[in-house]
Amino acid sequence: MAQLASALMTMIVGILGCVVYFYGSNILLDKIFPTKNRPAQDVARNLRIANNVRPWLFLGPAVLLLTFYLFYPVIDSIRLSFFDRSGDEFVGISNYVWLFGNDEFFESFQNNMLWLIVVPTMSTFLGLVIATMTDRIWWGNIAKSLIFMPMAISFIGASVIWKFIYDFRSGGDAQIGLLNAIVVFFGGEPQNWITMPFWNNFFLMVILIWVQTGFAMVILSAALRGIPDETIEAAVLDGASGVQIFFKIMVPQIWGTIAVVWTTITILVLKVFDIVLAMTNGQWDTQVLANQMFDWMFRGGGDFGRGAVVAIVIMVMVIPIMVWNIKRANAEMEGR
Amino acid sequence: MADVKLTHVKKIYSNKVEVLKDINLDIKQGEFIVFVGPSGCGKSTLLRMISGLEEITSGTLEIDGQVVNDVPPALRGIAMVFQSYALYPHMSVYDNMAFSLQIAKLSKEDIDQQVRKAADLLQLTPYLDRLPKALSGGQRQRVAIGRAIVRRPKVFLFDEPLSNLDAALRVATRMEIANLKESMPDSTMIYVTHDQVEAMTLADRIVLLSGGDVEQVGPPLDLYEHPANVFVAKFIGSPSMNVVPCKIEKAGEQTSVSICPSIVVDTPIVTDVKEESKAAFFGIRPENLVVVETAEEGFLTGEVTFVESLGEATLLYVKVPGCDEAMIAKQAGTLNIKRGDTVHLSALPEKMHLFDSNELSYLR
Amino acid sequence: MITSSKRSPLTYLVHATVLFLVVIWTIPTAGLFISSIRDKDQLSVSGWWTALSTSEQRIVTRANDPETQTKEGDLFVIRGNLLEGGSGVVVKFGSSSLKPEAFNVETLAELKKGKTLQVSENGDYVLSSPDEWRGSRGQRIFYTAEIPPRFTLDNYREVLGTEGLGQSFLNSLTVTIPATVIPILVAAFAAYALAWMRFPGRALLLASVVGLLVVPLQMSLIPLLKSYNLIGEFFGVGSKTYVGIWLAHTGFGLPLAIYLLRNYIAGLPREIIESARVDGASDFDIFRKIILPLSFPALASFAIFQFLWVWNDLLIAMVFLGNNEEHLVLTGQLRELLGSRGGNWEILTASAFITIIIPLCVFFSLQRYLVRGLLAGSVK
Repeated sequence: MAQLASALMTMIVGILGCVVYFYGSNILLDKIFPTKNRPAQDVARNLRIANNVRPWLFLGPAVLLLTFYLFYPVIDSIRLSFFDRSGDEFVGISNYVWLFGNDEFFESFQNNMLWLIVVPTMSTFLGLVIATMTDRIWWGNIAKSLIFMPMAISFIGASVIWKFIYDFRSGGDAQIGLLNAIVVFFGGEPQNWITMPFWNNFFLMVILIWVQTGFAMVILSAALRGIPDETIEAAVLDGASGVQIFFKIMVPQIWGTIAVVWTTITILVLKVFDIVLAMTNGQWDTQVLANQMFDWMFRGGGDFGRGAVVAIVIMVMVIPIMVWNIKRANAEMEGR
Repeated sequence: MADVKLTHVKKIYSNKVEVLKDINLDIKQGEFIVFVGPSGCGKSTLLRMISGLEEITSGTLEIDGQVVNDVPPALRGIAMVFQSYALYPHMSVYDNMAFSLQIAKLSKEDIDQQVRKAADLLQLTPYLDRLPKALSGGQRQRVAIGRAIVRRPKVFLFDEPLSNLDAALRVATRMEIANLKESMPDSTMIYVTHDQVEAMTLADRIVLLSGGDVEQVGPPLDLYEHPANVFVAKFIGSPSMNVVPCKIEKAGEQTSVSICPSIVVDTPIVTDVKEESKAAFFGIRPENLVVVETAEEGFLTGEVTFVESLGEATLLYVKVPGCDEAMIAKQAGTLNIKRGDTVHLSALPEKMHLFDSNELSYLR
Repeated sequence: MITSSKRSPLTYLVHATVLFLVVIWTIPTAGLFISSIRDKDQLSVSGWWTALSTSEQRIVTRANDPETQTKEGDLFVIRGNLLEGGSGVVVKFGSSSLKPEAFNVETLAELKKGKTLQVSENGDYVLSSPDEWRGSRGQRIFYTAEIPPRFTLDNYREVLGTEGLGQSFLNSLTVTIPATVIPILVAAFAAYALAWMRFPGRALLLASVVGLLVVPLQMSLIPLLKSYNLIGEFFGVGSKTYVGIWLAHTGFGLPLAIYLLRNYIAGLPREIIESARVDGASDFDIFRKIILPLSFPALASFAIFQFLWVWNDLLIAMVFLGNNEEHLVLTGQLRELLGSRGGNWEILTASAFITIIIPLCVFFSLQRYLVRGLLAGSVK
């Protein structure tokens, strides 16, 4: 109860603090540069000053937070990657040298590549297929809602759910993991899926695909519905078959959206960490960059230099998408 | 005195596009002024500069004798009615009208009194509690006007307020605005439209703009009868005036010109052209061309290439040999004339217009 | 085209395929839920899909203590019930681990030294011996019983109490609510400024927001951890505080929040905002009285996003709140359990379900806004 009360108190203080800032700073500005009942020149001058200051009152907290939590850390990570484990001593490029001679890094890198190829492809593909099919059946919305549901589940929760599916009992015991039960039912040998080198990566990827397909489906479904009916009707009149219409008329029209879905999932995959941490913690050849980075942050009291180097590798992989996004956004704003 | 005076007003956007070039206007208190012109002529920009929503690049704007270039919109003593009405969708009709008064921190009773008065004037009292989305287009329009009235502005600004209404409602609301003006003879109204009928029916004076320039300022009938140039002549009136190139054969108290290219027409227009065969433009409005029985009665003869029967009038497209474009003649009622027929057209000389080679009108 | 294909065989194929996919997508969660309310003994020996059928279990138990023996005639007898009042049917029993199914029910089993054991279907047993029973513990009895399905909330009682999930639940709420509200406020103001105010550097700021949208969290963790340690030392409060994690979530959520809200606010009709300006409203008035009420759908969308993201987050919580009991959030707790109680599925399933129940409720009740937000954030 005490915990609840103090939590409530801190919540209220935190939220009130924000409100007071915005309210107070704006009223203060109006008080310092009044625009009511003043001679015209004064009004004009005060108004000009106030109009120049006010955007920064509105933006201030956001800019500060973005700087402290994103801008500055990115710069500092780059700096730290040239320093030793505690971040005090300059060590040149030795962290990078270490990284490129490190077997675990290559394992993670390979696995990450595998994830990058499989997960966005499968999620987008399945999402597109499901979106197309659910759009033409009467219970499509219910189906969509159920397939979308894993979106709400944490990666760690999803990991528990799937670990249960992959559960393995040795010997003749009854299998309580669904996957092994099915294998046994068809007369196969139960397997310990999670420790099976190479293939276990795919069993982990299934979890992310399970979570992300709903996202792809929702967005692609909206895009599909945005296709003008006339183009499809025209294709029907031109004698195109269903498959032809899908691939030659519909898919080209939502190409942009497919790219957006793809890149969004790609970014997510690069950051995936919880699933690997929970399922294997990188054992049995399943390490990925994000988990390796986390590992180095805390391993033996933490090695900030090496952790930072791994983070930079992730960042470098993101940069092309970032540039593409900014270009796209700029083009869009000019169109407004 | 709520005069509005613009002196050498210019608007240049950051990308160096000059949307308004040197506008000079003197609007008197109580006038109903209509800015009209084709889209992109700068008429809305001019209105928004008067309202304070758009900055004035150079020149001065005076309202009531005070330079207001840097005064914020709310303190200029203006009110604006927007094309899309711009009602606040989350507020009731009452709150929409009360908003500006609440911002100005008036007392509750004052606000209530003014809102109810305006609602009464516009027959909006039964709808005060409704949200804008529960109103018809015409009612929304009236709320937008009511919102302007409660502020008791010196100058009303209307930005194409009727263009979102359907045809029938447009006529009705046009009359309402005319009545509103009648009931508030002291307030100045500036109204922007691209529709010349609105301009003709509402305006005390029309300001016709094109390409960022004022083409002509004057009472509606002046613009119709004495267009200052070919652009005004063609813009005012529907269908627009027939304008064909001509040569001045004889200048002086009366001017003879030849059109198409050898038909000689005598007009009562005064010209003082020295050189012979000076190129110029001859104009005649379609409604001033009359179909006559014989070639002797008329001055133009041609073949009808197209007939448009509108019911109350008939438009004849007449191809006169020697002229590039067909002349349009507008006849009252229905006529028994078919495509391919030959017709003779006459016109009263005093309805004819002459423009010089720069397309400026010759004085009559 | 869509309507005309209604009765073709292809339509049935579509129905079947979608049904199949829906089943695949829901079964994992369903299995988790069903397992979490099963009896833990049944859970560990049979798959959850058999939850509704009777299961055959081999169980070992001890008979009542020798103290409870009574003398009936010249025999010392111990009576009791193997199922302890639970329902079920005993089919076989035995007295040694080598032969746990040596005898059928109702038969009289001859044990050593003239002792006998008889078990009936309902679990009643009779142990008798010509000599007095000795020792402090009862005789071991092996039996095989057919137990009907049993559902219970015991698993939940256990994880909420002894496993500390109740505490974690509160911690999660304490983290999530302010970490959802604060970024909305901060972002809404910034979004308005970026959409409708003119000031130098606006385009650059917007481009930066779009760029920061994809910066991996990993990039920030180490420098922030260092900063937090310094700040914590300076104020003498330690580096792991709720305020710290609220601000961290705010900072990381801001790019998306600003991007989403700016897109929405910039799409509001220009004339409404100009009208308010003519009516004398200042930017702050316009924001408060016009923008905020009109942006409700966008605010709701982002709120749901941020709520799900914060509630489901593990990484930031582990780095900025740490692993100590009093701060552990649900996801962190679940991860701990996964390590320490890896084989105890009754604990894991119940805990997992507790961690996902709130987001699922939010998801199903506010899905409309969530979808709208997703679309605003991704499609052009």
